[in-house]
Amino acid sequence: MHLSPDEIIYWQHGFFKLNATIVYTWGLMFVLALGSKLVTRKLSTGLQRSRWQNLLEIIVTGINQQIAEVGLRRPEKYLGFLGTLFLFVAMASLFTIVPGYAPPTGSLSTTTALAICVFVAVPLFGIEDQGLGGYLGDYLKPTVIMLPFNIISELSRTLALAVRLFGNMMSGTMILAILLTITPFIFPIAMSALGLLTGMVQAYIFSILATVYITAATRARKPEPGLDD
Amino acid sequence: MDSMTLIAIASIVTSGLTIALGSIGPALGEGRAVATALSSLAQQPDAATTITRTLFVGLAMIESIAIYCFVVSMILIFANPFWSHAIAQAAGK
Repeated sequence: MHLSPDEIIYWQHGFFKLNATIVYTWGLMFVLALGSKLVTRKLSTGLQRSRWQNLLEIIVTGINQQIAEVGLRRPEKYLGFLGTLFLFVAMASLFTIVPGYAPPTGSLSTTTALAICVFVAVPLFGIEDQGLGGYLGDYLKPTVIMLPFNIISELSRTLALAVRLFGNMMSGTMILAILLTITPFIFPIAMSALGLLTGMVQAYIFSILATVYITAATRARKPEPGLDD
Repeated sequence: MDSMTLIAIASIVTSGLTIALGSIGPALGEGRAVATALSSLAQQPDAATTITRTLFVGLAMIESIAIYCFVVSMILIFANPFWSHAIAQAAGK
């Protein structure tokens, strides 16, 4: 049995390989973008609105509210990045209902890519908010001796983001595969429901952690019980 | 006992021990975290959303230790480089 969807290869030409991860990632992107485009074609500002527009409004305002609760002052600025993280990971997990689908977040390459996006976005937002000097000064914040530890904590929390998401998604699919060979009837369905739940929780965790890291970078470091690894 | 058998024994035993010992700590830690969260919820019910969100973030942090152990265990069983090397050598002979 395969450890990740990277190993299912549909088409290969020399160095370029079209594996299941790429196919399902592009499929998810297509579904998300096309779905939103279709729903937002005719937006109504009155009380009469289609149920899909209602759903999208609930999702967007919910994410906005969560970002504001963590402490970012203008959540609209970060809504694109953080909302996309949440929606992509949540959809990737939700589509396991569809037979024959393997979540692309079950591959270490996808989760590492998402974690590197967060790793790059945190300094970008921090510099945009505090200026280059202010942001770099944060690394020396408690004392200058903490500089290597701050750098190490930045790298290790990126790694932790990637491995946490990968481990959760991969374990869900692997448990299902193993159970299907042992007790094929009812138990795999229960485990599949559990996998859906952990997928949603992990999507929330990923985006909330990204929000917390961005908050820590855009505000002067207050002495708070650190949530970083 | 030839090296291939030795690699197999070491991999299987280590992977079993890894996940067994690696889930004790996180389980105890998560239990304590949830217990403390429940008692603070009982003390201040109107801070429920903050407490719940912080609880989930903390649980994810603790869980990731167990996930690291699980990943190592899976690598030892399914993507073991030493085993692949031994198989390749045995096939080459």
